[in-house]
Amino acid sequence: MSSVEEKVKGIIVEKLKVDAADVTNDKEIVRDLGADSLDQVELVMELEEQFGVDEIPEEEAAQLKTVGDVIRYVTEKTGSPA
Amino acid sequence: MSSPRVVVTGLGAVTPIGIGVENFWRGLAEGKSGGGPITYFDASAFPTRIACELQGFNPKDWVPEKEIDRTDPFVWFAMAAAEMAVSECGLKDAGYDPNDVGVLIGSGIGGLQTIENSKIVLVEKGPRRITPFLIPMLIGDMASGMVSIRYGFKGPNISIASACATGNHAIGEAYRMIQRGEAKVMVTGGAEAAITPLGLAGFTQMKAMSRRNEDPARASRPFDKGRDGFVAGEGAGVVVLEELEAARKRGAPIHGEVVGYGQSADAFHMTAPAPDGEGARTAMNKALADARLSPEEVHYLNAHGTSTPMNDSIETTAIKAVFGGHAYKLPVSSTKSMTGHLLGAAGGVEFVACCLALENRAIPPTINYETPDPECDLDYVPNTAREFAGRVCMSNTFGFGGHNAVLVVRKFEG
Repeated sequence: MSSVEEKVKGIIVEKLKVDAADVTNDKEIVRDLGADSLDQVELVMELEEQFGVDEIPEEEAAQLKTVGDVIRYVTEKTGSPA
Repeated sequence: MSSPRVVVTGLGAVTPIGIGVENFWRGLAEGKSGGGPITYFDASAFPTRIACELQGFNPKDWVPEKEIDRTDPFVWFAMAAAEMAVSECGLKDAGYDPNDVGVLIGSGIGGLQTIENSKIVLVEKGPRRITPFLIPMLIGDMASGMVSIRYGFKGPNISIASACATGNHAIGEAYRMIQRGEAKVMVTGGAEAAITPLGLAGFTQMKAMSRRNEDPARASRPFDKGRDGFVAGEGAGVVVLEELEAARKRGAPIHGEVVGYGQSADAFHMTAPAPDGEGARTAMNKALADARLSPEEVHYLNAHGTSTPMNDSIETTAIKAVFGGHAYKLPVSSTKSMTGHLLGAAGGVEFVACCLALENRAIPPTINYETPDPECDLDYVPNTAREFAGRVCMSNTFGFGGHNAVLVVRKFEG
């Protein structure tokens, strides 16, 4: 697991209080992991904070459905190897 | 058609002298003080550096893990006290239509800690770093909201804020809702978590708090001549009120019957009580009239008794005006001498204390009573608990804004 992947999954586990084993790349954050609209805002904030990304635009955040989507997005933004 | 009788079937208490009803009663009976140095933050710059903090409260014992970070401590305390009250009387499995079960848990201030922390984030990091849970965390109605969500209670759901009278207003209004037939059961009381830097700064600037920093266990001394202000407490007192017939049918435990509720306003000053105690007097008289009791039929009075110079003498004047000659025979105690002042939760925990006094046949004392004050010349049950054969307790609360709310609870005798 890359460091980005590990960190993203750690944030999701921490914020959504879900079991780490359930956080796989294909899981949808809302449908499978139970995030509500406030959880999603908090997740985006935490990603910005942890990865030093200035501001994730709302329309881009809205495209991030699965755990894998988030990992890919953050990897691109930070230029880290996936 | 006469309105239904209303009984108390569940008790819950989160207090600085004991978490859980049994521990709370033990503390009251032993005359335990909850006072100590403030440990939550560095209070060295404050003129008051003492408070009655909870000991050994862990939100994980009471609040679902996911909710802990997104609720303020005042909601944790309310959820804990509600769980105690609800589970004690078996309300979850009582078979009520959820629409008949309501929640009315008030808070004097709401999520003060949340506001303070978030303001720091706003200044240091900007608006995009503010948690999306800020508003739901700080609003004072969230205790009622979260308790309803937890148990699926779909009846009336509101909150009340009347400063230090909040707890009694909540219980009194919940009692009225059952009388009016709007609910069969109400989970009700008050919760507060205001031992924070801003809370302490505000209260000390009002010169309302004790500065007996070197002797925190003896700082809250209601009615004593040496009293110099209140000591802040925190926690929650929550009870289950239930329509008598429904409670009886399901065999619920009955701790007492709510028989009187009276309220009034001083219409005098933001924070000072009216000097002749008129508002307090009116509320006590209304509670007696509501209960259809004469003053002589009250056997114990749990006073507001904050340990401020002004409250205790004016409350004494008001008690004498209401009870006449009986005032000198009436045991009056302030449990704030032990718990500190729980502000919006005070009425809740003190109502629980009255129910426990009836049940355990003992009156909790006013501790730290050493030097009589000529302006406070009643029987304050000094320093040690006293045997009690009485059947009727009155509980006073008065709040900034001039709000007065008084409850009367009677031993249930069928």
